[in-house]
Amino acid sequence: MSVSPDALVEIAEEVQDQQPEDSGSGREIGNRRLRKEDQRLITGRTKWTDNIVLPGMVHLAMVRSPFAHARITGIDTSAAAEAPNVIGVYTAADFPEGLGVCANAWPITPDQVTPDHLPMVGERVACAGEIVAVVAARSAAEARDAAELVDVDYDELPAVLDGMEALKDEVLAHPDKGTNKSAFWKLDSAEAGTGGNVDEAVAAAREDGIVIEREYRQQRLVPAFMEPRSTVVDPTGEQVTMWTSTQVPHILRFLIAATTGMPESKVRVIAPDVGGGFGGKLQTTPEEFITLAVARRLGKPAKYTETRSESLLSAHHGRDQYQKLTLSATKDGTVTGLKVDLVANLGAYVAIVGGGVPVLGAWMFNAIYKFPAYQFNCQTVLTNTTWVDAYRGAGRPEATYAIERIMDELAAEVGVDPLEIRERNWIKHEEFPFTSVAGMVYDSGNYEAATARAKELFGYDELRAEQKARRESGDPVQLGIGVSTFTEMCGLAPSRVLGQLSYGAGGWESASIRMLPTGKVEVITGTSPHGQGHETAWSQIVADRLGVPFEDVEVLHGDTQVAYKGLDTYGSRSLVVGGEAVVRAADKVIEKAKAFAAHLLEANADDLEFSGGRYAVKGTDKGIGITEVALATFASHNYPEDLEPGIDADATYDPVNFSFPHGTHLCAMEVDTETGASRMRRYVCVDDIGHIINPLIVEGQIHGGLVQGIAQALWEEAVFDDNGTLVTGSFVDYTLPTAADTISFVTENTTSPSTTNTLGTKGVGEAGTIASTPAVVNAIVDALRDRGINDIQMPCTPHRVWSAIQGAGGAMATPAEGQPHFHEDAPTNADPGTTGEGSAQ
Amino acid sequence: MTRISVTVDGVKYSDDVEPRTLLVHYLRENLGKVGTVIGCDTSNCGACTVHLDGRSVKACNVLAVQADGHEVTTIEGLAEGGQLHPMQQAFHEHHALQCGYCTPGMIMQAIDILKDNASPSEEQIRAGLEGNLCRCTGYHNIVKAVSAAAEAGAGSKAGE
Amino acid sequence: MIPASFEYLAPTSLADALSALAEAGDEGKVLAGGQSLLPVLRMRLNAPEKVIDLGRIEELRGIREDGDHLVIGAMTTHADVAASDLVWEHAAVLADAAAEVADPQIRHRGTIGGALVHADPAGDLGAPVLALDAEFVIAGPGGERTVAAADFFVDLFETAVEDGELLTAIRIPKHTGWGGHYEKFVRVAHQWSIVAVAAAVRVEDGAIAEAKVGLTNMGSTPLRAAAVESALVGRSTGDLGDACSAAADGTNPPSDLNGDAEYRKHLATVLTKRAVLAAAGG
Repeated sequence: MSVSPDALVEIAEEVQDQQPEDSGSGREIGNRRLRKEDQRLITGRTKWTDNIVLPGMVHLAMVRSPFAHARITGIDTSAAAEAPNVIGVYTAADFPEGLGVCANAWPITPDQVTPDHLPMVGERVACAGEIVAVVAARSAAEARDAAELVDVDYDELPAVLDGMEALKDEVLAHPDKGTNKSAFWKLDSAEAGTGGNVDEAVAAAREDGIVIEREYRQQRLVPAFMEPRSTVVDPTGEQVTMWTSTQVPHILRFLIAATTGMPESKVRVIAPDVGGGFGGKLQTTPEEFITLAVARRLGKPAKYTETRSESLLSAHHGRDQYQKLTLSATKDGTVTGLKVDLVANLGAYVAIVGGGVPVLGAWMFNAIYKFPAYQFNCQTVLTNTTWVDAYRGAGRPEATYAIERIMDELAAEVGVDPLEIRERNWIKHEEFPFTSVAGMVYDSGNYEAATARAKELFGYDELRAEQKARRESGDPVQLGIGVSTFTEMCGLAPSRVLGQLSYGAGGWESASIRMLPTGKVEVITGTSPHGQGHETAWSQIVADRLGVPFEDVEVLHGDTQVAYKGLDTYGSRSLVVGGEAVVRAADKVIEKAKAFAAHLLEANADDLEFSGGRYAVKGTDKGIGITEVALATFASHNYPEDLEPGIDADATYDPVNFSFPHGTHLCAMEVDTETGASRMRRYVCVDDIGHIINPLIVEGQIHGGLVQGIAQALWEEAVFDDNGTLVTGSFVDYTLPTAADTISFVTENTTSPSTTNTLGTKGVGEAGTIASTPAVVNAIVDALRDRGINDIQMPCTPHRVWSAIQGAGGAMATPAEGQPHFHEDAPTNADPGTTGEGSAQ
Repeated sequence: MTRISVTVDGVKYSDDVEPRTLLVHYLRENLGKVGTVIGCDTSNCGACTVHLDGRSVKACNVLAVQADGHEVTTIEGLAEGGQLHPMQQAFHEHHALQCGYCTPGMIMQAIDILKDNASPSEEQIRAGLEGNLCRCTGYHNIVKAVSAAAEAGAGSKAGE
Repeated sequence: MIPASFEYLAPTSLADALSALAEAGDEGKVLAGGQSLLPVLRMRLNAPEKVIDLGRIEELRGIREDGDHLVIGAMTTHADVAASDLVWEHAAVLADAAAEVADPQIRHRGTIGGALVHADPAGDLGAPVLALDAEFVIAGPGGERTVAAADFFVDLFETAVEDGELLTAIRIPKHTGWGGHYEKFVRVAHQWSIVAVAAAVRVEDGAIAEAKVGLTNMGSTPLRAAAVESALVGRSTGDLGDACSAAADGTNPPSDLNGDAEYRKHLATVLTKRAVLAAAGG
């Protein structure tokens, strides 16, 4: 059948006529729009990677090291190769050309010690779970059966597991490197010119004032996204296609090309529906490289889907820091200086941004406060454990935890309410924009407003009264109130700043808008959502901007062939960077279409105004809709000679600053002093994330974030035994909370629009997680402080709380059970370490 | 291989399966019912929850051969005639899902709660979901959705 | 993860099951509700050659009265036990404990017999049946025998059920008019018990006339807190005094991520008091 161009136009016109009239501008942003993503997810019509089945596809099973550190003395794959329906068994030796590299994209110092991280190892394993062989078979079950038959001989080597132990360099994670110390990074406000000398401040406070020193432990966590990672590679045809459960399809494609030598143009990476990430899927993984290599070797599609046990062991972990804080203040509680010493356990390898995550804390320990002097020292170390990288919050939760905990200690020392001590030190709303002692420019905020509203919603005074009553009556269940007035920096990130930090990429984001002849609009985004609802929120932005119906906007993402340019989703960047790119692309469309509209209306472009999806000639009733212009450019029967026949537009936006959401979180915990069990009574948060595109989605982000942060405080910890075996290797022992363990929250917002992006938005993806952990622990400590308890190590298990109560006895503050103590050779100001200069940009 | 006959979402299937085949693998791999997903290997997460003869079970914790002669309902069999089940509708309206991976299991278990108790309290809803893990929502909106579905009379639907 | 291959047998009578079991010998594994077994097979911690499914044997299912006993078929699910008016009336603490096993989906499949023979010390049904002085009906090639609860639990994952034998029913002396409560302590809801206490008490005129207390996860098997039981007799339900302080006497609890032995011993005393008070109040 042939269709004449005019007939096509008619069809398109018909389709357009069936559409509702434009929805006008300014109506979508701020709406509680139900999500476009939901229909396929609630009916089970999803495209998870593991759902993909291709003709002739082989299934892979990995053979992983059970040892934390061992030399491989032999691998016998013969029995496995003979097993039924096995197509191939491969070790590293079968790929002399290599399989690619799990690259570190952020060497934090020029001399960072960065062991080679290869997808499959042949000589030495540096942590449990490392892959030494892979089996390809016709079914997943047969691949697993055969994997059990691969016989690997290991000579076990001494392993170092703990960050503090690693610092001693007695047992080396990588003997060939000669040290476990990866990098030392420092920020000093006196050197950077952003503040005073912290040692002088501390010395002065020791003479006449208050000095508080505390050590906190950020336990190791597992991101534990619900969808186990899965990769399918189809090598047939001219191009290799990889579907994978990732947050970073664009970065992955780039790194595949960069480390395997495959032309980037021959690689297509697709992130279909992705079941959560929380940072845990921003890695380029050994499993992805191995699946790619086996599929190419066999010339057949290959699939690898991890089990949960494999996921808990081998997907990257998060946190794992030792923190030491020295806070100086005047006797009335005005902080004069803060010094921070960190030891961050990176695990066996420096993961894609693993070295940089603890460094992000450099700008966050000073939080919302006006500290005159500040110093941050960070030593990263290598150990024989699973590699550690970004987990929701990445560097900021650690910093926020420590500062919000120690501010409570200061309040206790001075003898005032924790909110009062914060108010004495925080930046006043009229002081914005404010340059922090770490050199960051906070664009906007209003800590007073958020705190006042949170107190009101919480019933702060009533709960304080109840706490007093319970104390006086000797109630076995004590009540504690925890405060967290957090801020964070997100919206990663201005590319120039990243360049100064020797980050391997930029921080821009891209968007394209295609105006289809039928009046539909395709928005192509470089962000890669995995639960965040970009399809809905981006539609709202574009519907408003272009004046088209919300329903007519389709958002495409997560496929490097469709969204050919992008830097993906992490660091609460998608809206503030990617959303701004969408705005700019829309504005370009409006501008391009204007010239066409003028031509079609036979008017001067300067006489046109665009509103509600329509170009109108000022002072007349003449006008044309933007979708009509789109159709006219499709037909292109009549257009100005000096223009191209098209109004589609691309935009790439590089942010000028981070965004700085903040909020006040209040938590009431009931502590059963007989069992040590803690139960949440009430949780209120008032977050200021600037303008909100979709309140429904924002609330969801906050709720989920809260529970992940609360889980760090109360439930979760990845634990290795002395041999480096992960004890918490399944969901039986890695205890995620359930609905029965959590409560409903009270969430509200105040609004201090960001001044650095058009929409006035700030990131929200990580805020809940960053804020909630200290609020919970502060509440538990608050419940027990009258017993002389000033810390409980996370997670605050009933056993730990009970032990603290047993150990407390008198009025003297005693360290809680398990409290880490810094070794004498912990990094100090004077430690040369492997020096690298940090800059405060 | 063992011959089994199972009715899934109203359709009767007969297949030869290896006895070690888990029900969830049978649903996904033999029948293409990929709406039911796998989240763990210890039966903790509940992502694979389906109804077996009308009651919720974890499909990773049942062998396909055990389902021989029985009836299974998955997330894909809930909507009737293009109409969402009230529980599906409630999850949508209350933003009770983000990444959506736990959602099929959550919805199936939420419907099961209402079979025993058509108007559960918040505490009863939370207890009824203790076998289903979600990492995105913090459960807040899931609990809200189940409560709303109950109020809208999804309980009578659940009993069918 | 997928189990290793096995042969599957689904007998429809007890007699057939016993023959199948005899034939399989060491290579056979009994599948009851499968809620503990299937994860073990999936993780390949066990790889039996034959799996004998009891799920199609109707005679092993159901709850009935037999004079002054309740008889619960081994293949009765936790959900059915927890929903049974008969169990609530005559063995309330068992019904309460059954409602606390794992989660609803697992309770729909898991069986009382399977759980008891699995004999995980952190399992929730051992303590209540031990406290209620249940008897275990065990069938084997030589016929049927009955074992007292005190003799049933032998060690970690080991019971009086020998190779070639099957537990067919649990006979529980009726504790009609007794209050019962199962106090379970966990960090997150879907966890195995860190410690739990099963208490059954008979109250007369505001005082405890008889008390039975079983402990979960305080040793390699469920245990009775005998010293507490005798100390409780005669106590007013309003003031138990120190009657529960000996709850951990003679126990040997494990130490793990959830707590050390000393902590568990402490928990046992606190939870015993709470369980007894709740049982007496109910």
